[in-house]
Amino acid sequence: MNQALAPQSRSFVRRAMGAQSAVWRVDGVLLVAVMALSVIGTLLVWSSTRTWAAGAPTGMVKKHILNLVIGWILCGIAATAGQRTLRVYAPAVYGVSLLGLFAVVTPLGSTINGSHSWILLGGGFAVQPSELAKPALILMMGALLAEPAPGTDRPRTLDLLLCVAAAGIAAGLIMLQPDFGTTMVLAVITGGLLIFAGLRKRYIVGLGLLAIAGAAAVWLFGLLKPYQVARFTAFINPANDPRGAGYNSTQALIAIGSGELFGKGLFHGGQTTGRFVPEQHTDFIFTVVGEEFGFLGSATVVALLGVVLLRGLRIARQCDDRFGALVAGGIVCWFAFQSFVNVGMTIGIMPITGVPLPFVSYGGTATFANMIALGLLQGVHIRERAF
Amino acid sequence: MIRVRARLVVLQFLVLTLLVVLAVRLWQVQVVRGGQFVAAATETRTRDVIVPAVRGQILDATGRPLVRNRTSLVVSVDRSEVERMRDGGRAVMKRLAAVLDRPVKELRERIRPCGPHVSRPCWPGSLYSPIPIDDNVSPREALQILERQEDFPGVIAEVQPVREYPLGSGASQTLGYLQPVTEQELKKRSTLKANFSGVDLVGRDGLEYVYDDALRGSPGLRRVQVDRMGKVLGIERQTSPTPGDILITNMDADVQKVVDQALVNAMKNAPRADGAAAVVLDVKTGGVIAIGSMPTYDPAVWAGGISEKDYQRLLSEKAGLPLVSRATHGQYAPGSTFKVSSLSAMIRDGYPLHGKYDCPGAYDIGGRAFHNFHGIGMGVIDLHTALVKSCDTIFYKAASEMWTRDGGNKPVPHPKEPMTNTAKLFGFGRKTGIDLPGEVSGRIPGRRWKRQQWAATKDASCTRAKTGYPEVEKKDPGRAKYLKTLAHENCVEGFEWHVSEAANLSIGQGDVLVTPLQLAAAYAAIVGDGKLRSPRIAKAIVRPDGTHVQEIKAPVTARLPITKETRDYIRAALSEVTSDGTAAGAFSGFPMNVVKIGGKTGTAEVYGKEDTSWFASFAPAADPRFVVVVTISQGGQGAMAAAPAAREIYEGIYGIKGKAALPDGKPVEKLPSIRKDGTVVR
Repeated sequence: MNQALAPQSRSFVRRAMGAQSAVWRVDGVLLVAVMALSVIGTLLVWSSTRTWAAGAPTGMVKKHILNLVIGWILCGIAATAGQRTLRVYAPAVYGVSLLGLFAVVTPLGSTINGSHSWILLGGGFAVQPSELAKPALILMMGALLAEPAPGTDRPRTLDLLLCVAAAGIAAGLIMLQPDFGTTMVLAVITGGLLIFAGLRKRYIVGLGLLAIAGAAAVWLFGLLKPYQVARFTAFINPANDPRGAGYNSTQALIAIGSGELFGKGLFHGGQTTGRFVPEQHTDFIFTVVGEEFGFLGSATVVALLGVVLLRGLRIARQCDDRFGALVAGGIVCWFAFQSFVNVGMTIGIMPITGVPLPFVSYGGTATFANMIALGLLQGVHIRERAF
Repeated sequence: MIRVRARLVVLQFLVLTLLVVLAVRLWQVQVVRGGQFVAAATETRTRDVIVPAVRGQILDATGRPLVRNRTSLVVSVDRSEVERMRDGGRAVMKRLAAVLDRPVKELRERIRPCGPHVSRPCWPGSLYSPIPIDDNVSPREALQILERQEDFPGVIAEVQPVREYPLGSGASQTLGYLQPVTEQELKKRSTLKANFSGVDLVGRDGLEYVYDDALRGSPGLRRVQVDRMGKVLGIERQTSPTPGDILITNMDADVQKVVDQALVNAMKNAPRADGAAAVVLDVKTGGVIAIGSMPTYDPAVWAGGISEKDYQRLLSEKAGLPLVSRATHGQYAPGSTFKVSSLSAMIRDGYPLHGKYDCPGAYDIGGRAFHNFHGIGMGVIDLHTALVKSCDTIFYKAASEMWTRDGGNKPVPHPKEPMTNTAKLFGFGRKTGIDLPGEVSGRIPGRRWKRQQWAATKDASCTRAKTGYPEVEKKDPGRAKYLKTLAHENCVEGFEWHVSEAANLSIGQGDVLVTPLQLAAAYAAIVGDGKLRSPRIAKAIVRPDGTHVQEIKAPVTARLPITKETRDYIRAALSEVTSDGTAAGAFSGFPMNVVKIGGKTGTAEVYGKEDTSWFASFAPAADPRFVVVVTISQGGQGAMAAAPAAREIYEGIYGIKGKAALPDGKPVEKLPSIRKDGTVVR
């Protein structure tokens, strides 16, 4: 019997479930946390859409479940893909996502809910390339920064410049939509990855100053749309214009606050049922958990998000491979920023920015991107001690 | 890799910090301040809809409605909601104006709050309740608003009961009207707030005001859940309204119509008449069967917000102040109708009832001749004839003698003043206490009154006595001189009760003022059982389902200070006035065999104006059941204006011409019964 052929001769199931199988090396805590967030998210989407969803009350939640199924499949694919393969294909993935972003600003793009960030696929499906740009940029930068300058563990200058260029092009295209929230996410990812890759402290300080200068320039030269300015002033003082820009944050606070300790129970949130908070199933989904499940529910969601972030960080720290660690770190930056901004804006400690809550908000492309990221994390975890 | 890991640890620290920040803030928002947000949520999520109680009807003694409700489609505007809109509600009001086919300006005027510098139309009620802007829209208009609620935020179209007055302008001052409750009223009447909705109306005058608590009922509350578009999602809780009680009055709708018509005719026949009043009292019970005042108005003008033109008309002197009931607010010198009091004063002071008295054409009072009417002497007559023919000089003489006995201009310590004091015991000079608001008390002058007047005016008089009247002097030096002398007299001896004043009082002239209602109540006591009653319009308050009847009786307030013999003597005398006395002309041809009418004419002189015409009467003369008092301001002689009007009223009551308003010759005694469903059995 040919020894080399022996493993192949075993059945797929036995191979998949065997002691050496990657399945047993998956980060179970991370997996369970994301599953829990998905289940909670599904309930919240159901609760917030049942009063108005086209057709049956379950119309939207069914679509959400379909998105999750597709997302988990994508997660599996991403997890099984080898790091080497990913590094090789990273420029291609990035290129495709740039094409998508570019298509949005051409007549192929469509406007949904006031943001011009969609490509309609027909049959009621649409993709949002800016969401997919997040993992694509992480992969691209991870690949660029994986090889440090010879003899050091700092990035090469050329790689640095390429990174900034890659991020700048993607962010620029997203700014054209305009999608301020996603641009910020890309900026955070870029900054995080550069810092992890060993950027010198003086450059970090320079980067920080650059960010401040950029923000000041945007503000001073009036590059923001009036509604964006209004969101910031409303954040400073929501009572200023409670019917206009301050309306969302005021209503979100009322919904969450009125949940008190135990919440009003699923489907019993009056603010949710009355649709007082706009975009309740997407960007403001945290208000539903706050109202219907109370402090216990919202703290649970924050805790679960914390588990995801901390497990992600653990994966990044334990990874011996520079590429894997950078990818995992970038993903944590992405999720951390979105989680904090999203929850923060509903409880009045952050200005209103259109970013979804990872693994909870409704939204096909965002779900796919999140699940791909989860798959990448698991992939890093599975292989971190394999080599 | 060490550097990567080190920097990841920094990120971990950052992530943990952010998670703690979120958790602390969540605790603060949801647990510490949770209650506050629950209240805010309830406020945004629910709307309290007041379900107004149906106001009770006002019925006459037979159960015919005097005030009833009709349902009508009312469009109201929630001012607070409209004001919050970005454009101040301009767009909504424009759309609404198009649907209702009214100018936008008018709609905007109707929802502005009334104030010192804001003329009607404006909203006098609470700013937090919907303001009705049209109380009679067609179903098509209402549907346009209801079906496109998103185009009409803050606009409400609903079925509401609206007051209706079957008598038209009849008895309008007595029935009263409704107006939205004001913030001040809500504050003042704390009981009002508890069962008051804000969208309800409050009785502002007449019976609607006096019996407001009973008629109003208590509104229901429906707390509904709404979404952010204001669409109702469901009812959270509900209490149903309790309809108001039914008010049954002593009034008779048919008699009221007769009275109103008689007053209209009397005003027409007396060219200078500027007002008229009539009261029909039930002698036995003190109930008010009819009460009329001219000029009048149709209370329907109040419904749905009154226009500036209508409002100004109601308040204008030129239109004769139609809001004011002359029966309770009108004060006039009573003329000879007052002699019943003066005669009683004489008897009380010891003058013999059956004595003979000289009635010369004139009597000297303080050096001035006081004449009989037309200056005709009647020789030696009894008091009976003195009343029938209305001799004045007998009363002048008696008043002069009484005045002298009281010490004349230097009064004895406790002057008896029989004329003044008897008049007061007849109920003059104080309110009758009728169940109507704002009644006036009239005035009975006397020594004490004179002193009070002097104390109040002496400073002004004494100043004028020195300075004179330079402003009058330019135009009329003679009058200025006269006024200065008068001021001097008032300053020096204004407290003196002159004999001429006493004489004037005895025949109901000069400073004495009575209301038609006071006179009617006094006459009812004289020709009835001698008891003075506080007249009542209301007869009973009945629950809308017919249960629990609360009867209202006219309370006896005093006993007349004269014997039955005197009363019968007066009644017998007055019974001949219509056949042989001053009212014989007015009642010529009246079938006295069917029902005999008794009464007394009165002609009161008013300086610079036409006389006030009075007729105080009763029927049937032998056993009186009705007292009818008619006053025509500036109507001329009593026999010429008031007596014919009273005759017309009796003709209507007894059916002398046409159908009888009260075929039995007496008011309906049995209360109409109310069925369980609120319908009235007659």
